[in-house]
Amino acid sequence: MIAELGLAILWMAAALAALQLIAGSLALRPEGRALIGLVRPVAVMQGVLVLVAFAALITLFVTTDLSVKLVADNSHSAKPLIFKIAGTWGNHEGSMLMWVTIMAVAGAVVAVIERRLDEATLIATLAGQAFISLGFYAFLLFASNPFARLAQVPEEGQGLNPLLQDVGLAFHPPTLYIGYVGLSIAFSFAVGALVTRNVGPAFARAMRPWVLGAWIFLTVGITAGSYWAYYTLGWGGWWFWDPVENASLMPWLAATALLHSVSVLSSRDALRTWTVMLGVLAFSMSMVGTFLVRSGILTSVHAFAVDPQRGAFILALLAIDIGGALALFTLRAGTVTEGKRFAFISREAALVFNNVMLCGILGIVLIGTLYPLVTEAYGVKVSVGAPYFNPAAAIFAFPMFAVMTVGPLLRWRKDRLTGERSARTTWPLLVCAGVGLAVFAGVELAARDITILPALGLAIAAALLPASLLPLVGRNLRRTPLPVWGMVLAHAGIAVSLFGMASESAFSVERLAALSVGEARDVGPWTVRLQGIMPVAGPNWTALEATAAASYAGAAPIMLHPKAETFTNPPGTRTESALSTRWNGQLYVVLGEHGADGRWQMRFWWKPFVPLIWIGGAMVALGGLLALAGRVFADLRRFIAKAKIAVRRVDQGR
Amino acid sequence: MPRALIKPKHQRLVLVLLALAALIGAGLLAAWALSRQASYFYIPSDLVARPPEQGRAVRLGGMVEKGSLKTMPDGVTIHFTVTDGKAEVPVRFSGITPDLFVEGSGVVAEGRMDGRSFVADNLLAKHDEKYVPREMKDMSAAQAKQVVAQTK
Repeated sequence: MIAELGLAILWMAAALAALQLIAGSLALRPEGRALIGLVRPVAVMQGVLVLVAFAALITLFVTTDLSVKLVADNSHSAKPLIFKIAGTWGNHEGSMLMWVTIMAVAGAVVAVIERRLDEATLIATLAGQAFISLGFYAFLLFASNPFARLAQVPEEGQGLNPLLQDVGLAFHPPTLYIGYVGLSIAFSFAVGALVTRNVGPAFARAMRPWVLGAWIFLTVGITAGSYWAYYTLGWGGWWFWDPVENASLMPWLAATALLHSVSVLSSRDALRTWTVMLGVLAFSMSMVGTFLVRSGILTSVHAFAVDPQRGAFILALLAIDIGGALALFTLRAGTVTEGKRFAFISREAALVFNNVMLCGILGIVLIGTLYPLVTEAYGVKVSVGAPYFNPAAAIFAFPMFAVMTVGPLLRWRKDRLTGERSARTTWPLLVCAGVGLAVFAGVELAARDITILPALGLAIAAALLPASLLPLVGRNLRRTPLPVWGMVLAHAGIAVSLFGMASESAFSVERLAALSVGEARDVGPWTVRLQGIMPVAGPNWTALEATAAASYAGAAPIMLHPKAETFTNPPGTRTESALSTRWNGQLYVVLGEHGADGRWQMRFWWKPFVPLIWIGGAMVALGGLLALAGRVFADLRRFIAKAKIAVRRVDQGR
Repeated sequence: MPRALIKPKHQRLVLVLLALAALIGAGLLAAWALSRQASYFYIPSDLVARPPEQGRAVRLGGMVEKGSLKTMPDGVTIHFTVTDGKAEVPVRFSGITPDLFVEGSGVVAEGRMDGRSFVADNLLAKHDEKYVPREMKDMSAAQAKQVVAQTK
């Protein structure tokens, strides 16, 4: 019953999206003015209905209704509750329903709260949003119905892939999806502004919180996903340049560029066309990511189903949405008037440079990700990995980091490198550059076997961290606006994260050993002793658990418990690594197989400063949050002030 | 008007040219780096007939030959032979093998040639029923065909 209801509600929501598109498009013409009041309520209602449909699917998973195909294929009655709920989106159909849900709810929120934008642009934006949503509704209803019933009800469900049975599943996909789909709002704003030829600061100010919000969620999602892969896959790596990871990195790069150009547009009224183009590009990258992940042309934990029909469907959606937006862009770009100009040495110019560098990295990642698919069409199988991505991306990333140290200190519009004001910042900057050079020289002299990329990364991180704090120098810290704090924190987070990455690749120590019980091995400053192996059991798995005593530089040992888990529903195994975190790094222990001679294979890594990678990521996200909070508070204050003035006017009018 | 501010039309042109130059640069760089760094997929008979240069990263896919798997005294290095029925390549690997890595089943090894043998950095085996390395999917289908042909 719930399944049929959910499906019916989904159809109704799709119908409302169609109504929203038609009413929105008609309302933009003079003869359709009467329909203008219809668009906002319809958008809100559509969001509510989709939310109900999504809740219906969650209910089916929680109650493990095995007559529903999706539940029978992906769930199991013995699964812990949190994985029953999270399992709703741990599969193709459920994740697409979540996608549509976020899209519709975001549209509803825009319809409710957005009041500053002129009404015509807002209506065009909501129509654009409905247009994209409709494609995904069609995809859900015709090619991946989550509510399909089974003719024969099975005894028990097939369960969830063991790799996905982790708290990470409860947070990683929803955050990433909110990020991907949040960019659809930016896309719709860009389309709306192009349709009404109204690209300017007002449009940028309306779009900015959405870009910022989506970007924060993407940052959190990528950081969390990276840590999840790090501790659950047992390979000791935190980024694999897997196509699916790239699929999340590309929208993040585009959104980072968009975030900066939209702030130029809103405060300086420059970079109009560029911002619109990035708005289109950012969501296009989300769609490309979805296509890569959901079409089944990739094989990975993220690719749920191999069904060519779905791939073709998403490819068609991709072509219609991106092609349409680019066509509109080409037609209308000429009518977008030139914004304010700026000099070669100015904050705008630094931002443009970094925008271009971000697009360069994006190009490198996109080409590297698509290349294997292209060659495979010609019968040549290749794989592209870190040896390509790391140096090619670094060629763009390192100049960008260099400009990042200076950019926030430059003035808007036009700055000079001489004079009293610039002299005040020159010395601190030179000190930062000196720190960077010293670190580089030190690394090169002390450890010759460290390759050039990690050495450069360490040096640039050492220079970037103090430089990113410089915008605070000479300010009254109490009266510094929140967005400035946000910028400083996010830039410092980039430096921290970069330091973690470079340190991990420069100084990691790996040991692989077959140990008898009681035997010990050294790894870096640690000594790890295998003390025993015990069988243990969980709710839906059994495991062998090792007890390893790890002591750092002769200190009292810490007990670590790496596990090798075996699942029965569906059959599968998972290695659960054990981590010991210190301020200066992390020890990573994995239990392998039982050898024929009775010894146990074990693998150890000592990774100096590796947690900084994710701490830096969290700082970047927190910086974004501060900036967003600052903007929203400012808006609220303005709103309240306006309301007060209005009340006073009414009072005086009496 | 200060001279440092470029004319409006020119500023837009400069921006467009800059962006284009960067994108073309990225494209050229990507093409050049891919031609050097992409790792090609080989089956044993290709690897024997046209061996890649020593030290270049490649991937080798085939079946682990029955009876060829030997563990060295250190307990973590294994030697085995990968075959496609026509040619054989000896492989050396140090590390924890994937769970479904057994003799007689398929494997994709990432690594490089060292002399006549292949040194693997990483082994990809069939993870479970649903997640199979892309190369291996076709391979097992081809092999199934081969087996059918042999039994006729």
